[in-house]
Amino acid sequence: MQGSIQLKRDPAVQYLLRVGDTALILAQRLAEWCGHAPVLEEDIALANMALDLVGQSRALLTHAGTLEGAGHDEDQLAFLRDERDYFNATIAELPRGDFAFTVLRNLIVATWAKLLWERLQGSSDAEVSAIAGKAVKEARYHQQHAADWVVRLADGTAESRRRIDAALAELWRFGAELFESDAVDTAAHAAGLGPRFADLREPWLAEITAVFDEAGLAIPAESGFRSTGTRGVHSEHMGFILAEMQHLQRTYPGGVW
Amino acid sequence: MSTQTEWPLWEVFVRSKAGLDHKHCGSLHAADPKLAIQMARDVYTRRQEGVSIWVVRSDQIVASDPGDKAMYFDPAEDKVYRHPTFYELPKSLDHM
Amino acid sequence: MYTQAMDTMGKDEAAKTVRSAEEMQLQERFDARIDAGDFIEAKDWMPEHYRKTLVRQISQHAHSEIVGMLPEGNWISRAPTLKRKAILLAKVQDEGGHGLYLYAAAETLGTSRDQLFEALHSGKAKYSSIFNYPTLTWADMGTIGWLVDGAAIMNQVPICRCSYAPYARAMIRICREESFHQRQGFEALLTMMTHGTQAQKDMVQDAVNRWWWPSIMMFGPPDDQSPNSAQSMRWGIKRVSNDELRQRFIDATVDQAKLLGVTLPDPDLKWNEDRQSHDFGAIDWSEFKRVLAGDGPCNRERLAARVKAWDDGAWVREAATAHANKQTLKEAA
Repeated sequence: MQGSIQLKRDPAVQYLLRVGDTALILAQRLAEWCGHAPVLEEDIALANMALDLVGQSRALLTHAGTLEGAGHDEDQLAFLRDERDYFNATIAELPRGDFAFTVLRNLIVATWAKLLWERLQGSSDAEVSAIAGKAVKEARYHQQHAADWVVRLADGTAESRRRIDAALAELWRFGAELFESDAVDTAAHAAGLGPRFADLREPWLAEITAVFDEAGLAIPAESGFRSTGTRGVHSEHMGFILAEMQHLQRTYPGGVW
Repeated sequence: MSTQTEWPLWEVFVRSKAGLDHKHCGSLHAADPKLAIQMARDVYTRRQEGVSIWVVRSDQIVASDPGDKAMYFDPAEDKVYRHPTFYELPKSLDHM
Repeated sequence: MYTQAMDTMGKDEAAKTVRSAEEMQLQERFDARIDAGDFIEAKDWMPEHYRKTLVRQISQHAHSEIVGMLPEGNWISRAPTLKRKAILLAKVQDEGGHGLYLYAAAETLGTSRDQLFEALHSGKAKYSSIFNYPTLTWADMGTIGWLVDGAAIMNQVPICRCSYAPYARAMIRICREESFHQRQGFEALLTMMTHGTQAQKDMVQDAVNRWWWPSIMMFGPPDDQSPNSAQSMRWGIKRVSNDELRQRFIDATVDQAKLLGVTLPDPDLKWNEDRQSHDFGAIDWSEFKRVLAGDGPCNRERLAARVKAWDDGAWVREAATAHANKQTLKEAA
């Protein structure tokens, strides 16, 4: 069995992995729809989004590995870390649920990602800025696709409304984590690497409110619950994702693929 | 399967580069115009940048008769092809 | 290969209906156009039998593409590197797209996608036998790309010149996108065979052992057991016979196998100097018939997965339609 790599806990590395791992794990969930979507056209659309996210995670993980300076490449980082060294927001690892759950989660995450990438275009790190230039276009599209579907389902049939309501009740409390600031993003902000997550809350809420207004949805009450995936402490779901994702790399040490 | 619940068919036209015409590249099913454009982008332009996409509901396209009248066996039709959902519902029932 | 089921049926009786003088004249003109290599478009007159055969063939090709997403989709979450994950996702997505182009082509002939799904889900319509086999290891991904896509490409390229233009146009689009499918599969195997560990090499050989025979069965039964092939060839829907395609495929693949350093699991495979082709062993046609009839390793699961996706998605499609109708009413008000 292949053992885990040891990740250097450098704030800049951790900051980038929060974004990169969120893309990686969300891609993993979106790809589960392949061959199972409600309509063929959506199969293709969801796969497109998963591909965009894999691309973003590859770019970020590669760069994070460079900054870390321990010789870790994108695949070692993607497949050989311990669970506590993954920094995706918990919301990304939740099971894909039904189509309402998927599009609502996409809306929450893509809106955050878009605002983040917009600001990362101005990063003091040239590589991050370059990655952001491409990713922001993708995030815009993901957000638009998700928003249109949330409106469609919220104002579709009684059944679709019931499902969006259920998805909202489950998902909303996991959104708060995306706007928690700590030493990591404070350091990133100070270095000009990227924005503080807390600074994204207001614009995010404004955009979500606009979509919810069109959909006839109400912003739920705040919950005191805070998920902690960005700090490496995940939900029960993460273990299963990693077991599947890491399986081949763990089982074939030294394998060349 | 009832034709009333099936998403309508749309024809997709893509301009791949500024200066070129829109070219017909195929069709897809979508529930509304926004979805049709999005899907056209995902299905028909994922390998190259399309500069512009047009989508038209297939039953909105008016077509000329096939050139040779002697070849024309079917009763006079002005639709692009024989899709069953083009013809079954009277217009007044389209939005039930 | 998308005529597998039709090939094994008895000779199609639809050709024998009595016709009027006018229809016989249209038939003659149609035949003349076919013989001249002309394209037939959606609204042109065509014999009912031609139309029905095309709907069957095109839709079975479409069904094959989307069912084919399942055995490969199995491994996306377990792809061993990010690059391979991206490649596999792109490939499976392409297959969805190909299914879509083909359903669109079939729809030009007077059927709807919903009707075609109904035929698939009820078991009336078939799809290529190959997708009823399980994908057990990562090496299956490369092997499918190499052998299954290789076989598909060999079959598809001639259809780019088929007489029915919407089908031909869909095929041209598909062939353009397909070129990377076989190459990525072969490259994945070559990487493992050249630079991989012994365990990886064993994985590749195991996959080849399991996929070789089903792959050459893809081309359908021997010509002398395919009574409907002749009519399809006459119409320019089918350009090359089952046996000839199969032979071409085997001859091309033997050299590729040598390059990879894998052994094809056929002890009777050897070069015949007189034929300038490879002789090969007896195919187990009883297995083929069984799999085609629904009794292969994965038939039930594949169909169940597609039916579930469709049923589970009904509320989504209905919601989108309801929303669109509401918008239309709002605009009309």
